[in-house]
Amino acid sequence: MFVLVEMVDTVRIPPWSFHRQLNDAIAEELNKKLANKVVYNVGLCICLYDITKLEDSYIFPGDGASHTKVHFRYVVFHPFLDEILVGKIKGCSAEGVHVSLGFFDDIIIPPESLQQPTKFDEAEQVWMWEYETDEGAHDLYMDQGEEIRFRVVDEVFIDTSPSGPSAKKEGPSAAATAPPAGAEDSAQQKEAPYTLIGSVSEPGLGLLSWWNS
Amino acid sequence: MEVRDANAAMLSNYEVYQLLTDLKEKRKEMVKNKHSTGQQNLNTIMYETLKYLSKTPCAHQNPDTVKEFLTAMLPHKLTKAEKLQLFNHRPQTAVEIQLMVEESEERLTEEQIDELIQKVTDVLPGDPQKAGDVSADPEMETDQ
Repeated sequence: MFVLVEMVDTVRIPPWSFHRQLNDAIAEELNKKLANKVVYNVGLCICLYDITKLEDSYIFPGDGASHTKVHFRYVVFHPFLDEILVGKIKGCSAEGVHVSLGFFDDIIIPPESLQQPTKFDEAEQVWMWEYETDEGAHDLYMDQGEEIRFRVVDEVFIDTSPSGPSAKKEGPSAAATAPPAGAEDSAQQKEAPYTLIGSVSEPGLGLLSWWNS
Repeated sequence: MEVRDANAAMLSNYEVYQLLTDLKEKRKEMVKNKHSTGQQNLNTIMYETLKYLSKTPCAHQNPDTVKEFLTAMLPHKLTKAEKLQLFNHRPQTAVEIQLMVEESEERLTEEQIDELIQKVTDVLPGDPQKAGDVSADPEMETDQ
């Protein structure tokens, strides 16, 4: 689920923090910059693991702060392909089942990756698996708040850096499901920078209660 | 900012759990200095991740568990990713093992799968609350 990512960055320490230990000040700055943020094509950054190398600090003319090039390792949430994860169902919609891990919310299981046959109950807005045994058909509902085991089949990174003032822009190539970005900036704000696509179409996957006898 | 290596190492849930608990302790001591408002993101992600991880088997593991587990897994010839998943999830049924081990039908016989489940249950500590439900325990019979 988690990987270590080696990164290099220049950290700016303002003069009023000069009394602090350099390592602590740098660690705080790095966490301030990266914690709980998604780095494009890398994953969701959790926290600093360690600092591997500190290069010399420089002070540039016009700015009283020191600038230090830091080599460090960061703990990043980035499940590998086909990894099994357990999350909670956040809700169901026509697009599929939305799952959350608490610290990461943008996981979707599209309808074609649900156990077959599954139907969407419009009245209750919930997906249900029509499970047939010799005794008859059971309707297994995928209710909100239930724990669900799923496999990661795909990941989508969207570059959410602000676009320029130009109104028309082609949709990002990475996201197949994103609608072509029109003139509205508001449509872009709703796109999650990092989405996981899951699947529960194998035996053992789905609500934990289905498989615990 | 430059990313040198996006996949330098894989971390088990246990290692991340340890790291976050240690960080939380350190930050509690530092609260005596003025609390920086810029750390809200870090607080949020730490809280949520700890909440999630405390409900997984990794919360009951210790450093020796890792060594014991890896030694126990040596004869089975599993890939690093498979061993990591078994370590993080502590599967109790054959179905779960089949999900985590690729092509398990070809690589493992039924006995080997049962052996794996047994080893995982023995080496990895489970939830102490649920441990009381194990019916195969011979000591339970003395109560009757």
